[in-house]
Amino acid sequence: MFGRYGGLSEEGVLGLNKRNGDYILRFNPRRLYPLVDDKLKTKRLALAAGIAVPQLYGVIETQHDIRRLPEIVKDHPEFALKPAHGSAGDGIVVISGRSSQRYRTISGTLLDDDFLYHHLSNAINGQFSLGGVQDVVIVEYMVRFSPLFERISYLGVPDIRVIVYRGFPIMSMVRLPTRASHGKANLHQGAVGAGIDLASGVTLDGVVGTQVVTHHPDTTHAISGLKIPDWDVILDISARCYELTGMGYIGVDIVLDRDLGPLVLELNARPGLAIQIANRQGLLRRLKICDARANFEAPVAERVAFAQQEFRHPVGPVLATEAVVASVA
Amino acid sequence: MNNRHIYVLSAVLALIGLALFAYKSQVLGFPLQPQEQTRVWTIEAAVRFDPGPAAVKATLRIPNLTPGFSILDENFISRGFGHATRSAPAGRESQWTLREARGPQTLYYRAQVYRDASRMAEDTTPPFPEQPELDEPSRIAMEGLIAEVRRQSADVASFTTELLRHINHAERDPYVSLFMSRGSAQANAAELATIFLAGAQIPARIAHGIQLRSVPGPVQAQQLLEVHDGVEWLYFDPETLEQGLPPDFLIWWRGDEPVASLEGGSNLDVTLAVQQNLLDSIVVAERRAELTGSHAMDFSLFALPIATQAVYAVLMMIPVGALVIMLLRNFIGVKTFGTFMPVLVALAFRETRLLWGIVLFAIIVSLGLLIRFYLEKLRLLLVPRLTTVLTVVVLLMAGISVLSQKLELQPGLSIALFPMVILAMTIERMSIVWEERGATEALQEGIGSLLVAAVAYVIMGLAWLEHLIFVFPELLLLVIAMSLLAGRYTGYRLLELRRFKALIPSRSGS
Repeated sequence: MFGRYGGLSEEGVLGLNKRNGDYILRFNPRRLYPLVDDKLKTKRLALAAGIAVPQLYGVIETQHDIRRLPEIVKDHPEFALKPAHGSAGDGIVVISGRSSQRYRTISGTLLDDDFLYHHLSNAINGQFSLGGVQDVVIVEYMVRFSPLFERISYLGVPDIRVIVYRGFPIMSMVRLPTRASHGKANLHQGAVGAGIDLASGVTLDGVVGTQVVTHHPDTTHAISGLKIPDWDVILDISARCYELTGMGYIGVDIVLDRDLGPLVLELNARPGLAIQIANRQGLLRRLKICDARANFEAPVAERVAFAQQEFRHPVGPVLATEAVVASVA
Repeated sequence: MNNRHIYVLSAVLALIGLALFAYKSQVLGFPLQPQEQTRVWTIEAAVRFDPGPAAVKATLRIPNLTPGFSILDENFISRGFGHATRSAPAGRESQWTLREARGPQTLYYRAQVYRDASRMAEDTTPPFPEQPELDEPSRIAMEGLIAEVRRQSADVASFTTELLRHINHAERDPYVSLFMSRGSAQANAAELATIFLAGAQIPARIAHGIQLRSVPGPVQAQQLLEVHDGVEWLYFDPETLEQGLPPDFLIWWRGDEPVASLEGGSNLDVTLAVQQNLLDSIVVAERRAELTGSHAMDFSLFALPIATQAVYAVLMMIPVGALVIMLLRNFIGVKTFGTFMPVLVALAFRETRLLWGIVLFAIIVSLGLLIRFYLEKLRLLLVPRLTTVLTVVVLLMAGISVLSQKLELQPGLSIALFPMVILAMTIERMSIVWEERGATEALQEGIGSLLVAAVAYVIMGLAWLEHLIFVFPELLLLVIAMSLLAGRYTGYRLLELRRFKALIPSRSGS
């Protein structure tokens, strides 16, 4: 057991306690949390800073507003409903069209007004927010995801998560929805996480839970080797999110829209640790490299250059896939 | 941020806690074990006499310096008499006075004494005794005896033993028989020894005491010879020559005088009696704190009314339960519903016992979940839905109680103590996790919560721990110290070792 402990720490793997104690508590001041916990605020901040986000159609703030939904989406047959304080994708409903009086979700389920209004009312009452506080629902542009990921995702929108440490992108992955995750890009629910080489923007092998997978479980296409377009733009806007919020340890969630390119979906002040499994690399090693060598005063472009140079995959030893699979089995 | 600050703070807190704990347990004698009892003896002197026609004054010597024992409580029972206690050269005296009395009188003195190793005969070193006044032949006999005994001995202790041996064999010893023939024939061995020791310039006195037995009843006072060797008092049994204070021997009074004296009356008769009883150690410690003027007791939980004490006995264990949860969550990595929900469930387990607690918890939560899934179909707003779930939980609890009454299953009744609001919230959150993350995760967290509650219950239920925390609440400072330290533990959690198994290089093995 101590061997394992030593092995993890040698690999520079970041644990929950260390993430909370040494990074989140230290670099994410409490007073800044509302900026990222409230997706509406994040969206407005990003707009002001010129960072691309999905267009806002409207906000449902009260029980009464729910009836305004048809009016808000009058000109938009496709839209997404998001509780502003929702976490881990909870409570998000994506409507991709209408048939007669009903709304069709992205997974093909038909929802009547009743169901949708009930869902909105739950969201406003805080069912999906941390601590159950009153919430508002954002009605926004439905991302048409780029065909790039079509072969390796099942329904839903794959998104890219970049961990940004004091302005430096240090690790990233793409989250691919699966049948098991009900089309959600949520690793907890069974989505595939695949690491991305920070220097080139090329995907690595994926993981489901703690299992390494080389092919998408539903579409059976190979996951690795995919070059993500606009990678420089993605790194650039991720790095700029630091100035946006002032928080030193965040996860930036980005989607690739077919027409609009990279859009920032949301920021996360407590990004999960599974990204390490997806990359088969420890975060701590990279955090320490930043602490040791990075110039934290540098402008965005310089920070991105530093990250691309320092964090070319692999940073430190990486295990042969067979060895990983063997150790998992 | 500053780790040293935290280390210092926790060290200070731990030190304060431990110091208070040590003081209370070692100095004040607070018991470390529950239901610890201290042997306490009730000693009694009954003074009987027939008063004369005029004013009567009875004096009783009462214990003062009692090496090895402390007095817990004492009282004087004297109907109609004026009463005073005062210090006398030979110790303490109780004096009863009455202008006019009729018929036989009985006065009582009662005290409770307990063993107290810290109590020594702490009076100061006595001055050298004066030479006894004797006629010439007696003095010559005494000096001869002293010279001979001195020859046969090395120090005060052996001198005394040797002297007593000579006295006890008076018929064979020419000096002693000569001395006794000169008029002091009434004197017993101890009294003779004090005279000779005075002649040899060694301070000595007679101590009268009683044997504290477990059999109740009257006891005879016994004599001991106390000799000061310049450093401390030594004790000798004048008959058996044994040195040292016999076990369970309480010194009542000292000197040549009898235990009581009477002026203005006749037929004085004093009976000493002893009875052993067991007293809760807490009571003894409380009393001792009071006597030593310590305020430890004024600010303890024992100052509260009994009913409040019972509440605090439980409340004081909650931090311990929280500590258990902290360890399980931050060091092991167990997931639970709500941070401290398991503590409240563990509290409920106190009434239901563990097995029944788990069974009842599982029944309520699974029935509640079924109903919650049905409610989901009705599309209720959040707060009305919570209200419904809560009401259903209360009804379920009532139903289980009634049913178990019919089936005569006692534990089913104690379900009333389950924290129903917490249960309702647990059901709500579990159903949401079930919907959003799937059944596996929901069951995992549910079982995790139950497991943590069970561990917390077992630890909070340790009788000795509960006793320790209640008697020594300062130990909770240690809990704070530990939480502070744990708050800066940034190492891996045990379950993370498994989670990140794929990241461990194969050479370190897995």
